[in-house]
This record gives sequence, C-alpha cells and structure tokens, in this order.
Amino acid sequence: MSSTSLAQLKPGQIGIITNLDIEEGLYRRLLATGVRIGKPIEMLRSIFSHGPLHVRIGMTEIMLRRTEAQNIKVTITS
Amino acid sequence: MKRVALLGMPNTGKSTFFNRITGASARVGNWPGMTVELMTAKLLIGSSMVEFIDLPGIYDLPGLSEDEKVVERFLETMPLDLLIVVVNTTQIERQLGLLLQLRQLQLPTLVVLNMADEAQQFGVKVDIERLSKSLGMSMVSISAKYGQGYPAFYQEIQKLLADSTASTVQGLPHFLSHEELAPQVDALIKQSVEVPLQLSPTLTHKLDRIFLHHWLGLPIFFFIMYLLFQGIFLLGTPLQDGMEWILTAFKETYLAPLLMDLPKPLQGLLLDGIYDGVGTVATFIPMILLFFLFMTVVEDSGYLSRAAFLMDVLMSKMGLDGRSFVMILMGFGCNVPALMGTRVMQSRRLRLLSMLVIPFALCSARLQVFLFFIATLFKPEQAPLVLLSLYIASFAAAFGTAYLFKGRFANSEPFILEIPPYRLPTLRHMFLRSWLELQHFIGRASNFIVVGVILVWVLTHFPPAADPASAETLAGRLGHFLAPIFEPIGIGAQLVIALMFGFVAKEIVVGALAVIYGLDNSHLTQAIAQQVDWIQAYSFMLFTLLYSPCLSTVATIRQESQNLRFTIFSLLWSFGLAWVVCFIFYQSARWLVR
Repeated sequence: MSSTSLAQLKPGQIGIITNLDIEEGLYRRLLATGVRIGKPIEMLRSIFSHGPLHVRIGMTEIMLRRTEAQNIKVTITS
Repeated sequence: MKRVALLGMPNTGKSTFFNRITGASARVGNWPGMTVELMTAKLLIGSSMVEFIDLPGIYDLPGLSEDEKVVERFLETMPLDLLIVVVNTTQIERQLGLLLQLRQLQLPTLVVLNMADEAQQFGVKVDIERLSKSLGMSMVSISAKYGQGYPAFYQEIQKLLADSTASTVQGLPHFLSHEELAPQVDALIKQSVEVPLQLSPTLTHKLDRIFLHHWLGLPIFFFIMYLLFQGIFLLGTPLQDGMEWILTAFKETYLAPLLMDLPKPLQGLLLDGIYDGVGTVATFIPMILLFFLFMTVVEDSGYLSRAAFLMDVLMSKMGLDGRSFVMILMGFGCNVPALMGTRVMQSRRLRLLSMLVIPFALCSARLQVFLFFIATLFKPEQAPLVLLSLYIASFAAAFGTAYLFKGRFANSEPFILEIPPYRLPTLRHMFLRSWLELQHFIGRASNFIVVGVILVWVLTHFPPAADPASAETLAGRLGHFLAPIFEPIGIGAQLVIALMFGFVAKEIVVGALAVIYGLDNSHLTQAIAQQVDWIQAYSFMLFTLLYSPCLSTVATIRQESQNLRFTIFSLLWSFGLAWVVCFIFYQSARWLVR
C-alpha cells in the first residue's frame, strides 16, 4: 500500500481515493459522477504520454485531464 | 391542463424517452422568465391534457452550471402536477444522489429506471418494489430505446395524475450535497440493488482498446469521418438525381401548362422564381437526411465522447477542451444548437472562445451549397475529396482562430467527461432523430427561403425594361458596386448577389442562384459550369464557409454572449478571415495554374 496521485497509476491499477484537493465546482461534479473519498478507482488508459486519462469508478467511466488527476490522491491496492 | 416536468442527469436517455412518449409532436417553447428554450409537448393521458416539459440534464442541486440554474428557476416558479425523474439503471449507484435531492422538493414524483436492457446485460438488478418503498416514490422500469415497459409507465402516470393538484415548491429547500447523501445512497444500494463486483472485459473494453488506442485512435477517427462522407455521396447522389428528375417532370408536365394563362411576369415569379428556387433546395433533402442518419449513429453509439477524449490534447493547446470539439461536430448539423450547447461550460472565457469558433463549423445549410458546386464543377471521383478539404478548412479556421485568441480568453476550467458504454443505435431512433433534424432544417429553410427567393427575383427583374439579371437590374448595379471587393477573390457579380442573401440564411444561396440565372436545377448546373471555373468556385465555397454563418447564428451569439461588442467582433473577424483566405487562395491558384 503506497500513497500517490491518480495521475501516477498505470493502466490496470486500482487505487482507493484518499484525498480530493480540488476546487469546489469540479469537486461537486466529480461527486456527482461517483468519485469520492474511500471509493476504488481504476486507471484504464491515457492518450499519449501527456494526454487525458480514462478511469473507471463503479460502473461509470470518465475522462479527466492530468492536471486534475494530480490533485486526486489514492493508495494503490493492486 | 396538467403539467409534468422531465428531469435527470445527462446520458440517461431522457431525451430519447421524451421523444418516445411525445412522438413528433414536440415543439420548442419559450417560457416566461426563462432565458432558454425548452422542448414541450401536449399529450392526452387518460382523460386529461398533459403538458410535458423536457428540462436540461443536470448532475447536482443547487446548481453551478447554467443548465442547473435553469432547472432551479423552473422548479421554483412553475406549478407542477408531477415530476418524472429519468435514471440510467446501469449507473444507479451514482444517480440516486440527485434523486434524493429532488425528493427534498416533496413533489409527486415518478421515477423511470431507463436502460433496463443494458442493465440486464451488465448484470445490474434492481428490486424495484423495495427501492420504491424506501424512497416513497413510484417507480417503473423501461427501455426508452427499445420501447419496452411503456404500458406500465402509462398506467402509473395515469394513476398519479388522476388525483393530482398542481403545486409550486414553497421556496427551494437547502439541498443536501452528494457527500452528505452518500451513506443513505450506500444503504439503499446495499438493500435493493445488485451490482456485479468486477466488470468482465466486455465488448466495450475490447472496442476501446482499438478506438482509443494511443496512436491508432486519431487516424481511425479521421478514417471514420472520411467513410461518412463517401457514404453520403455514394448513397445520396442517385437519390438527389431522382428527386431532381421528379421535380422537373412535375414542372413541365403539370405546373407550366396550368399557369399558362397567367400574366408573363407572374408566371416567371411562380415558376422560375419560387418553384425553381424552392425545388433546387428540396433536391438536397436526401443528402441532409443521410448526413443526420450517419451523425446519429456516431453520436448514439457513444463514439462521439471518445472523439472528444482523443481530441482533448489538441484542443487544450488552443485554449479549448474536448467539449468544444463535440460542439464543433454538433455545429456540422446546425451552428445554433451547438452555440446553445456551450452552456455546460462554467468559465465565461472558455464559453466565449468556443462561441467564436463554432460558426466556422460547416453546417448542413452550407453543406448543401457545397454539394451543389462540387457536383457542378468537379468529377464524381474528386467530389468526396473536395468536400473533405472543405471540412478540413472548417476545422483549420476554427482551430486557427482559437489559437490566435486563446490568450485573450485564457481560462483554467477543468475538464471531465463521461465515457458511456458503446451502444447499438436502433433504426427507429435513428430515423426519428433524423426526421426531427430534417424538419428543423426545412423549417429554418422555409422561414427564409420563399421571402428570400422572391426578393432575389425582384432584384434581378427590376427595372422591367432590363434583361433579367443583367447589369442594368438592381442586382446588377449592386454587384457592380461591390465588385472592387469581390473581384480580387474571383467572385463575379452574380455570385455576389447569392452571397448577400446567404448572409440571411445559407439555405437561400442555391435557390437564389436558380433565380438569378433564371434556370431550373439541371440547366443551372450547365450554365454555372460554363461561366465559373473550379478556382472561382472553390474560392466562392471558401468564402461561403468562412463569412458570417446566417442571421439566426448571429442572433444566437448575441443572445448567448449577452454582449453586443463580442457579437460584432465575431462578425468582423469571420468576414475578414474569409476575404483574406480567399484572396490568398485565389491569387496563388491563378498564379500556379497560369
């Protein structure tokens, strides 16, 4: 179990969200898509090395940019 | 009359559901006190007339986005008999939050669990009876797309409406946040929903491995777009020829003999003016229908979100994001809804920058002008490539504009986007959507076209002593007056008149040409092929693509930006860009070909 940011996960890795250090508006939108502390989040892929990320949380898949993903802290479980 | 409002998150199939229950009777309506237009329809349910209102999709209450504020204002001010909340069953665990927030309104509510078919595929099972009891809300399960579960829905809504009285919310409650509601949601899910723990690598994941491949993804996207245009031409051209044949035959066999006895000028106005003008535009109906059929497939299949995902890297370099890209693609249908779609953006600068570039999207009205010129002046095997080049020019103008102005509209709006599972579009929905879009196209066109065509006819036939469309007519003089501007870019006097009318609506352009030349479609093609060469035609097409889209678009920009200076700036920029691009193209092409 090691703590890192969502942007650092490799495809196929799952992390448990420990901290959401993001501004209010985005925070609420993420909550609405099911992203919240304590939930497992799986990295599916990224487009190019600096491109956006494709992640899965529960049954929902979302894409987000690396800048935002860096502020979502996770502990890696697998 | 009873009033029912439809609510739900985006991507729940709410609009599909709305279209299903209201059929083609839906209309866009203005609402007092609302800044936006909402789709409404009146239906007979049981023994009472019921008005259905489709509210914008929202994630959360209280709202931060424009759409969420619209919903709040609506709920606050309009008396309602019933609230219908559409829920995507496959994502029920995160949609319950909104449902619980809406429960705080204490309005009679019917929950529609949509996408029952997909939920079954994914192995999501909902104990409807139990959940309904825990929530204290009526609940039905349907598949909006496949039309399953509707009898139960109608039964339930009749029961609920039978003893309802319209009530307004007495001041909005203090909505609990999704976080505060989380324990409640978890409890409800545990109690009445069965969700598979780990998704097996379904078809969606296999497809994504190809379509979202980190370097194959973009080439595949452009290849799909290319196939789309090939398909439109391949299927559309014979249909268009058939349509043209029918219209000409009808004119010659029935209409002309019928109008024989009318005075000559009136005969001319009716036959060469209105009939030819409107008829020429009508021949494009099959092409436009095909375009929307294909676009519906791209959109419904879930591929569009993935395209936004792929393009975000590129878009972020231009101060935009993947959503702006989706709006531009939507603008290929019509710029107006695409401009309204920018409401999802919270940063004003990002919104304005998107609104500045959307009008460069090659909309279906402009498409029709290009199809006409391409068919007239290019070989059939060149046609799809010429059209593709115009689409590339459209993107280039949009991206270039964004790149130039990104500094002025700098923003740091975060970007997240839902990636829905791939879905098979159903034929029924494809045709219904395309039919609605086509109706909008014809509606917009017919608003302007008859008036426009008559005006063109007057301009090209007055004073009566002059030969029609000659230099002595009003149109000829106007064209002569504007010649110093348009000669350097290879656009002759007759085409200038068409462009002037194109400012009102691009739907008029081809009709106007038919009137200016006084010929029906088939003869018009020959006349233009003789008088205009391909360089002039391409310059004309470039100008048509880039200069101001149409009056409705300008009005929408004004309304959405609430800023006259921005609107004027956007107009001047597109005119300037159009002229400069055409000048460079025309002069260098002339120099090269010489």
